[in-house]
Amino acid sequence: MRDNPVFDITPTEWTAILLSLRVAVIATLVATPFGIALAWLLARREFWGKSVVDAVVHLPLVLPPVVTGYLLLLTFGRRGLVGAWLADHIGIVFAFRWTGAALACGVMSFPLLVRPIRLSIEAVDRRLEQAASTLGAAPWRVFATVTLPLALPGILAGMVLGFAKAIGEFGATITFVSNIPGETQTISSAIYALISTPAGDAAAMRLVLISIAIAFAALIGAEWFARRATARLHGN
Amino acid sequence: MLRVDVRKRLGEFSLEAAFQSEGRVTGLFGASGAGKTSLVNMIAGLLPPDRGTIALDGDVLDDTATRIHVPPYRRRIGYVFQDARLFPHLDVRQNLDYGRRMNALAADPAQHKRITDLLDIGPLLDRRPGKLSGGERQRVALGRALLSKPRLLLMDEPLGSLDEGRKVEILPYLIRLRDEGIPMVYVSHDAAELRQLATQIVMLRDGRVTSFGGVKVLS
Repeated sequence: MRDNPVFDITPTEWTAILLSLRVAVIATLVATPFGIALAWLLARREFWGKSVVDAVVHLPLVLPPVVTGYLLLLTFGRRGLVGAWLADHIGIVFAFRWTGAALACGVMSFPLLVRPIRLSIEAVDRRLEQAASTLGAAPWRVFATVTLPLALPGILAGMVLGFAKAIGEFGATITFVSNIPGETQTISSAIYALISTPAGDAAAMRLVLISIAIAFAALIGAEWFARRATARLHGN
Repeated sequence: MLRVDVRKRLGEFSLEAAFQSEGRVTGLFGASGAGKTSLVNMIAGLLPPDRGTIALDGDVLDDTATRIHVPPYRRRIGYVFQDARLFPHLDVRQNLDYGRRMNALAADPAQHKRITDLLDIGPLLDRRPGKLSGGERQRVALGRALLSKPRLLLMDEPLGSLDEGRKVEILPYLIRLRDEGIPMVYVSHDAAELRQLATQIVMLRDGRVTSFGGVKVLS
């Protein structure tokens, strides 16, 4: 196998693969609690400006990724309103760092994360929540012991979709944090760099196969989790 | 003692009910659509009245004049719904234990045993609600409400979703429960059922109390 260039992964490529995984995992894990909170608000609360909030969440889905990336650069860049404040007060820098890639991926995948969670919270039988409250459960405990476990299949589905989107994200990431090997170069941006390089085809093909493998594993894993969670809920 | 004096508009329907019951089992009797479930939901705190008061043993649960509305989880009022509403992701044991956990009550194995024996649900403890028959589900729902140690037990047509055979199966448990002395509000549109269980009757019709008194008002 050593002489087959398709299986000979170089250290640079490994770096890109591991970075992609790290960026997507962190983006998904950090975005999930926010996604659950927002999904719950959209599913269960009526408030002024709800349709605006809903639209803003879905914006990254319809805007050109380069626009989202540029807006991130303007707000979270070193001199951006939020970026400057975060850098000075908390010491978190997003611009041209892998954390910025995670932020871009989190924002881009957020609509895909929120939607299945919202649908599954909407599907939770409110009569069960009422029963829980008559048994002495305060609202947050109703949420933790009834709503959340019953919405679990949807939460897992949202996390997987979000992860899949995050690992494939390209446009917003490269606009916001560029394409720096070892810092912000994910699989997608490495492939992009390779196919514009002479003799980069074999390396590009290796990374293409790896992204297909990761995508497959994520989808199959998600299916398996969702089926187990659903079976659990239906009392089997 | 339960004191209710409430008004509520729900779309076209308006409910205006006042009664005071000292009875151990207050039967709410009326045809479907008479407002029985809305009234019970108000006693449980799930539905706030537009105007009026609800008090249990001198404890004010609702008083719109002074803006008091005790939320359901602080009322200590058990509720057995017509459709059981067991938590599908928990087994029977965890369902039974839910109220005790939420109210942070100490474990009471004696009480647990007494109620599981009373309702014959001991053999079901490790099962999931999805694997129970309708009658079993209703017995577990009854046990779950009782184990939260309520001050009052509301039962909204607990036999309503069961066929005749199952009803005959549950009724003796309800009579045993009544004889245990826990105060109950029992909703039914079945006069025969109430004659066996209730000690006092509130008759509802189109959202109004039409008569109130002993079981004889049913005839």
